[in-house]
Amino acid sequence: MTSGPENIEQTPSPLVAALQREHLEWFGEVIVALGETTFIVPREHIVAACTFLKAFPEARFDFLADICGADRGVEEEPRFEVNYHLFSTTKYHRIRLKVLLNEEDTHVGSVTGVWRTANWHERETFDLFGVIFDGHPDLRRILLPDDWQGHALRKDFPLRGYEPYSLK
Amino acid sequence: MSSATIPPQFEIVDRPLDTQMTISMGPQHPSTHGVLRLELVLDGEMVVKATPDIGYLHTGMEKLFEYKKYQQGIVITDRMDYLNPLGNNLAYVMAGEKLLGLEIPERAQTIRVLMCELQRIGSHLVWLGTHALDIGAMTVFFYCFREREKILNLIEAASGGRLTPSYFRIGGLMMDLPAGFENRCRQFLEAFPRALDEFHKLLSGNKIFQRRTQGIGYISAEDAIDWGLAGPCLRGSGVALDIRRANPYCGYEKYDFEIPTEADCDVWARYMVRMREMKESHKIAVQAVSRLKPGPTKADAPKVVLPDREAMKTHMDALIHHFLIVAEGFDVPAGEVYFPIEASKGELGVYMKSDGGPKPSRVHFRGPSFVNLSALPVMSEGEMVADIVAIIGSLDIVLGEIDR
Repeated sequence: MTSGPENIEQTPSPLVAALQREHLEWFGEVIVALGETTFIVPREHIVAACTFLKAFPEARFDFLADICGADRGVEEEPRFEVNYHLFSTTKYHRIRLKVLLNEEDTHVGSVTGVWRTANWHERETFDLFGVIFDGHPDLRRILLPDDWQGHALRKDFPLRGYEPYSLK
Repeated sequence: MSSATIPPQFEIVDRPLDTQMTISMGPQHPSTHGVLRLELVLDGEMVVKATPDIGYLHTGMEKLFEYKKYQQGIVITDRMDYLNPLGNNLAYVMAGEKLLGLEIPERAQTIRVLMCELQRIGSHLVWLGTHALDIGAMTVFFYCFREREKILNLIEAASGGRLTPSYFRIGGLMMDLPAGFENRCRQFLEAFPRALDEFHKLLSGNKIFQRRTQGIGYISAEDAIDWGLAGPCLRGSGVALDIRRANPYCGYEKYDFEIPTEADCDVWARYMVRMREMKESHKIAVQAVSRLKPGPTKADAPKVVLPDREAMKTHMDALIHHFLIVAEGFDVPAGEVYFPIEASKGELGVYMKSDGGPKPSRVHFRGPSFVNLSALPVMSEGEMVADIVAIIGSLDIVLGEIDR
């Protein structure tokens, strides 16, 4: 490993311990790799966990940097993951939350009530992966046209099409 | 100064021939900086509802990354934020380097800082020129592009490309700086403060420009953080946040610079932040030039970094490595990283996930323009329709990065 400052711990380990002390059922599963900390949060608790992380005095994750989906592969079970990258504008630490979703049931709670910036990130994840964010105020496609069929970033969606796209 | 608000008696109705009407601004409107469409509900001159519509420039770049080797992905990043391509290169290659655990030599780090700061000035110059042009001041544009041309010439001298340099590679740089580059760079940096004064003389004291920008497009600090604004837009709301300070990379913690902030939260504040930021970037660039010392520009990782041309002609193993890297790529250990940098428009984060092969399993760009644009309705509802142009200009969006 390198010794550069970009590889110092982004999440202080006392914080991880404090979070697990408060809510072990949400933050029980933790992965620490490459200086980054990832919590695998059960799907039904993601909104509550985010609300808690924003308000918890030692965490203060008031800035949602990014939400992005990922497809682990067509055969994988659970197939999809949604990654939440949080940042604190006062303490400068970062954390990643991960929600795993099965292909048959891609519903997850929307965090637009916690950070309003989640709106477009969730729309993008819905557009490209078909993850449905329950409680989102305006869940429409954002990058692709409204009548597009399928979700383009899924692994089984072809890179090239065979017919030109035309508006119906 | 409080934000412009819609008086309570207004009700949003969408009926033709009524007092309110919906107009579609863009995608061919010249001041939308590309192909942005805004659906505006107007009551007279006042905007009561603004809905951005994006995706006209969507080219599926994130999908393409999954089908290209790591080194081939670098050229895709150039085409996202085409005003700040070196920043995109940097975020992408540093995410890859973090996965690989590479150590980048001192000289390469310094050159990266130098080039990124030059690029930041260049990006801000395009913003300044077009922002002023949108508001009606045409002269500034020519002065800005004259200076930007000098920066592009420097970038071209180093990398061979003006808009798509792809200068940073996983493990270092494409090649070392050419002979005489430092002198050319010093010449530019010596002359630049005078040009910056010129811009201030052209615009900052201009009463028309001030009236068009002050008190327009208000967004409070709490709202700005809630909406995920980053970079100059956030600092224009009085939040002193800069990733170069908060999570330093490339050795930025060793440079002396300030984080300019303005407390007015309006278009004028964002203008002043960027103008002051160019001065800080100049300061960093001057320090970086003075710190350039001879040394290697590529990491010591023969299986990842392409060998020098000379070594290929004399060493068998260098030739083999070159062939394997080009033909098959290099394997990156499985893992996932999120690497944020301070690009010219705000936090540019790259999420990269590897399954262990020569191609990434997922690459996602958190584009600052994408997030900054999503806050446009908050800033523009309750303003006059002519001010929308000023607000879009103050956000400094690039549609290539928004639509990807």
